[in-house]
Amino acid sequence: MIEIGLGHYLTLAAIIFTIGIIGIFLNRKNVIIILMSIELILLAVNINLVSFSVYLQNLVGQVFAMFILTVAAAESAVGLAIIVIYYKNKGSINVEHISSLKG
Amino acid sequence: MLAHSLFFYFFSTIAVFASIMVTVSRNTVYSVFFLILVFISIAILFIMIGAEFLGMIMLIVYVGAVAVLFLFVVMMLNITEQLTKRSSRKGLVNNISVGSIVGVIIFLELLVVVGGWKYKGTFVPLSAVNLDLDISNTHALGNVLYTDYIHLFQISGMILLVAMIGAITLTFSKRENIKRQSYFDQIQREKDSAVSLVEVESGKGVKLDD
Repeated sequence: MIEIGLGHYLTLAAIIFTIGIIGIFLNRKNVIIILMSIELILLAVNINLVSFSVYLQNLVGQVFAMFILTVAAAESAVGLAIIVIYYKNKGSINVEHISSLKG
Repeated sequence: MLAHSLFFYFFSTIAVFASIMVTVSRNTVYSVFFLILVFISIAILFIMIGAEFLGMIMLIVYVGAVAVLFLFVVMMLNITEQLTKRSSRKGLVNNISVGSIVGVIIFLELLVVVGGWKYKGTFVPLSAVNLDLDISNTHALGNVLYTDYIHLFQISGMILLVAMIGAITLTFSKRENIKRQSYFDQIQREKDSAVSLVEVESGKGVKLDD
């Protein structure tokens, strides 16, 4: 209990991952919170990579965590751009209305 | 060791609480702020565990760039007005049931993986983690990143470039009734079409044709 091991970090990552997934399901109001839930999921993956890298004493995990950071930044930028252009066209970003996107 | 566990429990509790608040908060601006709180506490955990470069990068990238981007978009789009206008409770309850079932299943699976997996013998307890104080985390990471993973590093740079171009072209809108510079016309102007030499007699002006 006192000794913080790898399991503690993995459990924390699992909890945050689950909260992110529930957030995607739970939120039907706006897409921005869904994007934030995706950020939470990527953060959980980062926690896993970093804790494994520290406890295995192997730096490659941190290198890949940095790549995930890059991809998360790119993804949120493009996603927010899509949201902005969608709002400009439709006047709302309600998830239920976005179903009209399918051809 | 006690301080480490206290810090871990403190910041992980904050992170879990704030990430719950990100998903359930009614106001989107609040959930962006809670997202910032999650990132800060996880960055502190990273710094504490010895990955200080990644923690600092996370502060810079997530808190400094991504969260501010979210905040800008939330403030640009008038969302809070819509939230009060339409509240579909029926669909929300349905989604909560499905979502919590899926979430609980995934969480149990992850716990099974964490609990049932035999750790390799090479795992070390944190008290025995060999923190090489001669070489900093940043230095060691650079040694790996710029040698073995240089191609992946450059490809991630390309990903950022493509994402930047994509975001700009998506949100770029051509506006009417605005005078713009035409670079190609400016560059392609020749002397013949622009300048004409006129012989001026003394005492008379020059008649400019329009």
